[in-house]
This record gives sequence, structure tokens and C-alpha cells, in this order.
Amino acid sequence: MLERRLYRHIDWLLSGALALLCVIGVAMIYSTTYEPTTGVAGPQVATQVWALAIGLVAFVIMLWVDYRWFADSTVLIFVGLVALLGYVLLFGTAEGGAQRWIDLGVFNLQPSEFARIVVALALATLFADRRRGPQTPGGWLTTALIVGVPFLLISQQPDLGTAVTLLPVCFGILVFAGLRLRYVAVLVVLAILAAPVAFFYGLEDYQRQRISSFLDPEQDPRGAGYQQIQAQITVGSGGPMGKGFLQGTQSQYNFLPVAHNDFIFSVLAEEQGFLGVVVALGLYLFVILRGLDAARLAKDRLGTYLVVGVMSGFSFQVIYNIAMSAGLAPVKGLTLPLMSSGGSSVIATLAAFGLVLNVRMRRFTN
Amino acid sequence: MTSDFETNGIGGGRDSFTLPMTLLRFSVVLIFVALGTRFWLLQVAQHEKYRELAENNHQRTIALDAPRGVVVDRDGRPLVENRYSLNVSLVREKVEDLEGTLELLAEVSGVPASTLTSVVERHRRDPVYSPIVLIRDASLSQVAAVAAHELELPGLLIQQLPTRHYRTEDVAAHLFGYVGEVSDEQLATAEFEAVRSGTVVGQSGIEQIYNELLMGRDGARQVVVDSIGREIDTVGEQMPVEGRQLQLTLDYDLQEAAENAFAVGGFNGAAVVLDPRTGEILALVSLPAYDPNAFALGIDQDSWNALNQDTLRPLNNRALQGRYSPGSIFKIAMTVAALEEGVVTPDFTVTCRGGGMFYGQFRQCLGTHGTVDMREALEKSCNTYFYTLGELMEIDQIHKWATALGLGELSGIDLPHEVQGLIPSTAWKEERRGEPWYPGETISVAIGQGPVDLTPLSLAVMMATVANGGTRVTPHLLKAVNEGDEFVPVPRPVPRSQVTLDPTTLAAVTDGLWRVVNNGGTGRRARIDGRDVLGKTGTAQVISLQGRVAAGDTERDLRDHGWFVFAAPAGAPEIAGVVFGEHNESSGLSAEVARHVMETYFAKKDGSPRPVLPLPPLPATPQVVLPVTAANQ
Repeated sequence: MLERRLYRHIDWLLSGALALLCVIGVAMIYSTTYEPTTGVAGPQVATQVWALAIGLVAFVIMLWVDYRWFADSTVLIFVGLVALLGYVLLFGTAEGGAQRWIDLGVFNLQPSEFARIVVALALATLFADRRRGPQTPGGWLTTALIVGVPFLLISQQPDLGTAVTLLPVCFGILVFAGLRLRYVAVLVVLAILAAPVAFFYGLEDYQRQRISSFLDPEQDPRGAGYQQIQAQITVGSGGPMGKGFLQGTQSQYNFLPVAHNDFIFSVLAEEQGFLGVVVALGLYLFVILRGLDAARLAKDRLGTYLVVGVMSGFSFQVIYNIAMSAGLAPVKGLTLPLMSSGGSSVIATLAAFGLVLNVRMRRFTN
Repeated sequence: MTSDFETNGIGGGRDSFTLPMTLLRFSVVLIFVALGTRFWLLQVAQHEKYRELAENNHQRTIALDAPRGVVVDRDGRPLVENRYSLNVSLVREKVEDLEGTLELLAEVSGVPASTLTSVVERHRRDPVYSPIVLIRDASLSQVAAVAAHELELPGLLIQQLPTRHYRTEDVAAHLFGYVGEVSDEQLATAEFEAVRSGTVVGQSGIEQIYNELLMGRDGARQVVVDSIGREIDTVGEQMPVEGRQLQLTLDYDLQEAAENAFAVGGFNGAAVVLDPRTGEILALVSLPAYDPNAFALGIDQDSWNALNQDTLRPLNNRALQGRYSPGSIFKIAMTVAALEEGVVTPDFTVTCRGGGMFYGQFRQCLGTHGTVDMREALEKSCNTYFYTLGELMEIDQIHKWATALGLGELSGIDLPHEVQGLIPSTAWKEERRGEPWYPGETISVAIGQGPVDLTPLSLAVMMATVANGGTRVTPHLLKAVNEGDEFVPVPRPVPRSQVTLDPTTLAAVTDGLWRVVNNGGTGRRARIDGRDVLGKTGTAQVISLQGRVAAGDTERDLRDHGWFVFAAPAGAPEIAGVVFGEHNESSGLSAEVARHVMETYFAKKDGSPRPVLPLPPLPATPQVVLPVTAANQ
């Protein structure tokens, strides 16, 4: 039960920053889906508002229930996630060549968005319990299974982008759980060495295309390099002060595809300028640092690992998306948490922050 | 064995996370600073560059083709106009698979893929959004085929564009010339500096020489487009300005009369009809001709090759690009030269016995004319008389007066690529062969043979000069230019040169030329009752008799050309000109063409019924020969 004492420890600053980002997101979705010829915004705005309402409920629930209760139910929750991902692969709704969604009638649920929290919870639970610690081969195996099973299921949809976000979650928790720094170095070196191998054997043609066109967008300015070039033009043309709300020519005339989704930050940069970018970047940085604070303040390792896992995934996704929106990373279907249009993403992100606040709020309880 | 994990401090409370936490925070802040810097670079440092790129994305200038100026004849009849044609154009930015699109278009339209590819290649430097015309004046079936494949052929559109239309098809084709897309070589020249690639410009004839007047000014429309090229808004528009209307000196009635007469006569050739008082060209014919409409639509390679490789050379404007031996026509120039130089008087007589010995060589005459004076010599075209004049004269005297009459000179006509003829002189021979001129050579020149090569146009100028008493008028085609509401006459070009011919000279020449036509002379077929037509026939040997034997069996047409020059009416000529009958073997047939033109001229002037040509001979009906089979035996 949420006692009055706990209520006082809710992190209102973080909550406020989150709310602000969500509002900016809705405004940007409105702008990007706005049709200048008809003067009407797209249905994504209403969907987003509904998703925010549901996300708020999820946020409150995740805040209310003691996070240790979730830890106790980890196995059940993890099995549930795997079941949902399996269900998506077998019976999910396909769109644009990928099968990612479960049709709920009202809207489509994307279970992979929730994988990050579940994996963070499972790993945190595993590492918080010293007896089943990761020092043993069995521990390693469990770790590999917790990350690997959802990873494989998601990458089969195919949605390599979302699958990859599981890795920073795992990596963050491992580092905080005391993985020797030299192993961290070994992992980094291995990742670098594996990159070319993965490039040539592990990727689909279109994925390779995206990466090679990132390195040289001009080689195919009409194809895969198009989005990257247009993203830079969108951002750069915004200038210091921006073109104004609904005034962005790049987004209003659809030169930037999926602007309301993957490239929402580019649109923000175009319409609100460098000033808007600084504000938004500042808000995200504040959210990340403040969230990490909860990890420091947590009363137990479970709480620390949980927060670190959630925040690692969140940070990775924010950084990757913003880098991509400025033409600094290959185009990948990764949303910007809190701002991008997408119901599941919003709900999952708010739920995750519910957990973070949960940990912080309960730092003095026993 | 060391553990994979630090055991130190795990149970030691919150402080054990200090290092990774510091590292994590530090990295995040660093990355955010880097991101901020990146945005600063794009949005502040390089803003101008990206602002421009964004503008290029959504703002476009679409050219609006200006129709070329209408060309009318001296009576104001429109002969060259514009019509709107349907064209299949390609917008490359909307095409994913260019090769496939062109292949499919080739398949459904019947236009060879190689042609389409070469068009696209030619326009490779145009902006990707500007439409490239692939099929000019597409047929309805081609338009329907493209429309039916709309979904498989994104980026193709049907454009309505002004297209040059020559109402008279191949009549006066060489005079009008033709239009075509400006070439890369032309674009590199100063004249076409302001012209954008793909613009249709004059490539020959009037279209070329008055291109600047005719071209008009293309308009433009500035539009805002979205990413699929859909026009959202028009922010500015400049309407195209049609080219200036030109009025020509051409009289279409005479042009048509001349071409019809050639058709009835059944031969090719050239004709130039002008007003000897002013130099205004009334008709200018070169046959065979081509249909300039074919060029207006962007001629395809096969048709172009066919025109170029045709042994009859239809693209060649014989009137000013063909050089031929003038034959006996040259005797007019000889007459003028001999009289003006005072070598003889008109009463000087020669006795013709079918030829004579000159410089130790027997020279033949085509008849035995007995004793003839200058007038009779012209009438009967007596070679012996003119051989004698040749014997009495220097080549440079002949050169001087032939030049004064416009022979061997450029006429200065307002048509491109006029070719200069040749009248020999001592200087020419010295320069060309490094040898002196031998007087014996003058004998051949005296009857228009030897190294005398002249364009039909220059012979028309000669007739005009003789007819007007010595003013070498400049033949021209442009009469007036429309300055908004009305045609304003352009100043007449100054005469190329002027001499005052002695009245006795004029009287003798006029008398002689009158007799040619009206006294049963060689040009009697040009006679018109009550019109006092002056004329002179000539035959240009394509090859000498000896040469003909030597050539043996050859594909080349070795038949003679028949000349006729004319002016009328005697005393105050209003019309003069030349008819060149290519390989028609008869100057009489050429005279008939001239007569029909003059009859048409006078009938039109008097408002009387126009002369009617006899029906042209029907082409021989091909005999159908059935193969012999058992069934029809």
C-alpha cells in the first residue's frame, strides 16, 4: 500500500520532466502528421494521448506495487514475455514486412517494447541474489538465456533494432554487478571484431545497405541514404531559432519519411531550432541523470540493478535516436522514448519510469 | 582461479557503485555535449547551406515553354504556327528503376529503348524534377498506352506543349527551315547563353536566322511541392511571351504555283523568284523537299539518317547551296561585259557556220545560224558569236562585269549557309593553280562552261540587276516584324553594289532576251500574250560527251540540267527569277515552270482567274504479274 510517508518521496522533478517531454512529443506528433492542404492532424495524435493515459495508469501501478514484489514474480513475468513474443511470431499482425504486433482491437500491442523492463527485472533479480550469482557457469548460462531468448524472438520478427536495445540493459547491469573492467574491455574489443563478420554474414541486404549508405549517403541519395541526408537538411535548415510550429517545410511537405516516429527529433530541431534542441536535450539529460540517481540511492542491489538496467536501455535508445536524427548513426527503426508516436513505447517507457521512481521512493523502507 | 566479478565491496553498501556510476554519468554527459555540438554545427554553423538545400527541396521553378512566333506571307497568311501536342515526359526524381521504366515505355509505345535512353542521357544534367520530353507529339494510342500503365510507370506524365506546325508541310520547306532541341555544342556558344537545355530553337532556314525574334521568352512558375512532387502552392508565375510574328516577302501563291509546276513537269530542282526593284523574294523552291513538321516533333535517328543519306539530298537547299554550270545563261553576263567594256557594239555581227576555229581548236555551235548580230545571237543562243566575244576579251573583264551582276558573289540573303559561286579570273587561277590564265580558256567561259560554278540564287540576282538597270539588290525574306499590334516594316537591306548600265547595253540585252521568248527563240515556252516576257535558256552539262562514254554504265544521273532565267514585263520588270531543272534535259521544261509562275503573278495582280496547270502525268500503273501456277494456267 502506498503510505503517506512514501507519497512524500515521490520524485516530482523527474515526473515533471517526463510529463514535459510527453507534451512536447504530442505537439511534435501533431505537427508531423498535420496535413497542410486539409488543415487536419493525423490519427496518431489521438492514439498518443490515449496511450499516455494508459501509460499514466501503468506508471502509477508500477510505482504503487513494491518492486520487490515484481522481483518475486520474475519467473512468471519472464515466461509471460516469452509467451507473448512467441505468440507475435506465430499469430502477430504484420506491417511493412515485420511481424511485431498483437491486434487488441483498440490498438496494436508491441510486446517487444516491454522486453527491456522484463529483462532488466530478471537480470536484477538474478544478480541481487548472491547464491545464484553469475560467478558460476550456470549463472552465465542463465544470463545468456534471459537476454538471448527475447533477443532471438524479437530479431526474428525481424526487429533487430529493438532486440539490440536489450544489450545495453544487460551490459549496464553486468558492470554494476561488478564485472571486471578488463572483461568490459574484452567485450568491447570482441564487439568491434565481430562487427565486420556480422556485417557480412549476420545482416539482411537492406540492413547492410543502410549501414553502407550511412558511411557514404551520397552513393545512393535516392535510396537508403535519402533519409539520412534529409534528416540533416531538416535539422540544419531549422537554424538557431527554428521555422516555427507547423512551419517546417521538410516535415510538412513530407521530405522526411516517418517523421512522427523515428525522426521526430529532427522535426523538433527544424521547427524549434537549436534553442528547442538544447531544451529537449537538457530535459533528456536531466531525466537520465536523475533516473541514475535512483540507482545510487536504492536501498538494495535489486533496486540498483533494476534502475541501472532500465536507465541503460532508455539512455541507449535516446542517444541512438537523437544521433540518428542528426545524421550521426545509421537509420534504424528505433523510436525516441517519450516523444515518438507509438502506444506501446509510451506505455512501456512510463511503466519503466514507474519502477525507477518506485525504487527511489522506497529507499528508506525495509 | 579469479572470479569473473569483483568480490570486493559487493556487500559494502552503496559506495561500491561509485566508479561505474561516475563513469556512466560522465559518458552520458559527454555524449550529450557531443550531440549538442553536432546540432550546433548543423543548425548554427552550417545553417545557410542546409537552409538552401531545404529550399531546393520544396521550391521549384517550372519552365513554361513560350510558343515561337507565327510566320505569315506577304498577304498575312499564316504559314508557320504552333499547335499544342501531347508529349510523354519523364520526371526522373519519381522513378526508382529508370532502365525498367524506359524498357516498359519502349515496349508499350513502340519507340526504341535506345532512342529513349539517348534522350535521357542528353538531359542528364537537368534538375531531376524537370520533365524530359521522351516522345514528342505522342499518338493517341501511345498516350493511351502510357495512361494504361500509369501504375507501373510512375514519373511519366503527359504534357501539353506548343509544337511548331508547318501548315504547308513540305512546301517552302527549305525557306522555313526547321526547329530542334538546342544541342550541347550550341549551348556552349554565346548566342545560346540564356537558353536552357531542352529548348527548341531554329536549326535551319528562317527559323534559324531569325531564331532570336521567333523564340519568345519562356515563362516560369515557382511552386512549393511536397516530397512526391505534388504541387502544394504556387508562389509566383511569369507567363511565357510568345515569339515575334514575322511577315515574309514570300507570296505563297507564287510559291505554290512554282512547286506545282515542278510537280507537273516531273523533275526536281530549284527556283528563285524575286522583285527586281527591291530584292524581295517572292518564291524560293528547292526540290526534293522534306516535311519540317517531322523535325518539330524531334526527328528520330532513322528518319534523320534517311534524309542525310538520300542520294537526292533533300536537306540541301539547292537554290543557295547548289553550284552548277550556268551554260548559256552566262551569255547575258557576256553581253553586258562586252558592251560595257566597249569591245563591241550591239550591231557587231558574226557569221556562224556551225562553229569555228578558236586558238587552233574547232569549237562547235549547236546550230548553223549564219550572220547574227548580238540580239540574234542571244535569241538563238549562238555559241560561235560568244566564242568570238571571248576571243576579243580578257577574262578579268568578264569577271568584273559578272561580279557586278552578282555572279560568283554571296547575295547576302537572310538564309543560313549560302554558298559562294565561282567566276574565274587571272588572280583566281594564279592563286589556285599557280599558273597564268590562258586566253584559250576564255572561249569556254564565254558560253558558261569551264570553271564557272553558280548558285541558282546568284543567277536570279543577275536577272534582277539586269532588269533594274544595274542595282545589285540584296535578296531578302523578312518584310516586317510584329511590334505588338501591327507589323512594322523592317528597313530594306542596302544593295550589295551598284553600276549604271548604259542604255544601249540595256536596250540590246532587253531586245535579245525578248526575242528569246517572243520571236520563236529557245525560250518560246515562257511566252505570255501581252506580257513581254524576257528570258534566257541554258543547259548545264553534267558531264561532257567524251566523259559520258568514259563513265559507261553508272548509277549516277548524268542527264543535263535545264536552266531558265526570266524577267517581266520588259521595260519595267516587276518579277524576275531563275528556274533550275535538275536533270530535266530541257530548258524548255524549266521555261514552262517560269511561265506558270509569271502567269500566276499577273493573274493575281489583275484579279483575273489563275492559270490552271495540266494534270500531272499519272505514275505508270504497276502491272500485277501473277506467278504462274497450275491453278491459273
